[in-house]
Amino acid sequence: MKLYEVFLRAKSGLSHKHVGSVHATDAQMAMQNARDLYTRREEGESIWVVDSTQIISSNPNDKAAYFEPAVDKIYRHPSFYPFDKEVKNI
Amino acid sequence: MSAEYNYVLNLADNTLILGQRLSEWCGVGPFLEEDLALTNTALDIIGQAKMLLEFAAELKDSDDSADDLAFMRDQHEFKNVILVEQPNGDYSQTLLRQYFMDVYHLHLYTALSNSKNEQLAGIAAKSLKEVNYHLERSDLWIKRMAHGTEESFNRLQASLDKLWHYHHELFEESDELTELVEQGIAADPKQLKELWESEVNGLLSSTPLKIPQTGWKATGGRVGNHSEYLGLMLCEMQFLQRAYPNCEW
Repeated sequence: MKLYEVFLRAKSGLSHKHVGSVHATDAQMAMQNARDLYTRREEGESIWVVDSTQIISSNPNDKAAYFEPAVDKIYRHPSFYPFDKEVKNI
Repeated sequence: MSAEYNYVLNLADNTLILGQRLSEWCGVGPFLEEDLALTNTALDIIGQAKMLLEFAAELKDSDDSADDLAFMRDQHEFKNVILVEQPNGDYSQTLLRQYFMDVYHLHLYTALSNSKNEQLAGIAAKSLKEVNYHLERSDLWIKRMAHGTEESFNRLQASLDKLWHYHHELFEESDELTELVEQGIAADPKQLKELWESEVNGLLSSTPLKIPQTGWKATGGRVGNHSEYLGLMLCEMQFLQRAYPNCEW
């Protein structure tokens, strides 16, 4: 059986989030299994399933080159601005 | 008992016994995801049984509750069709029985959602959403097994040879039922049979599966004459209430 990654959108306006994975023999079964494993308690209103082999992931060995140069550049973060109370999900 | 009570009790028992049978797979399914998916189906169907039994209890002229109907009746008082009490067998047999019942329930609940009896119409409309999904699942499984390996095909063909004769009972007619159909309360068994056959024959004829032609038809469940399997099943299902009457969770 193949492995599929499952992404759920909790409500419209938000983006899909990775919630886990399922085993299935084909895409339709993956969609149904995702529905049965991850949405029984109103967790979402939209599902994506992606064949796990289709995901291209970064190499753990590249961690220093990829991510560490950002650590000391706090001016890149929008953390010096107050947010309006109405603005959510940022 | 009123004709309406008998009708609702048949629908209730079909779902109760089917739900109980399906729940026997809980924890021993072929793989984790499928185990959970089939258990979800079982829970949905037991939920339908609960609604129908509560309604039946209201229609019955006695103090019996839905629980009394489920756990304190004897085998001959159950009105389910013999198909649903058949053992689970292998997965092809469970899923073929499920497919037969899902197609039946889809058309049954579609018709009943327009019933003149509002309570029945409400239960049907609520259940219809669940059944749509159950059928999507069982339909795909039948196609997968029919077009799968030689082993899956042979197993499914053996299940079809075994179960085919039991579906006729779903569409049995009676004077009492005809009257309810004329009153706009019950679904017309003739129409249901037509819809069921066209859908099931449509799927089966798209596969190399062969429908058995023996002509034998199971009958009797609706009047309480069951196969040897129901009693054994009830022993397990009713054990707790029988051994400790009125015990609560």
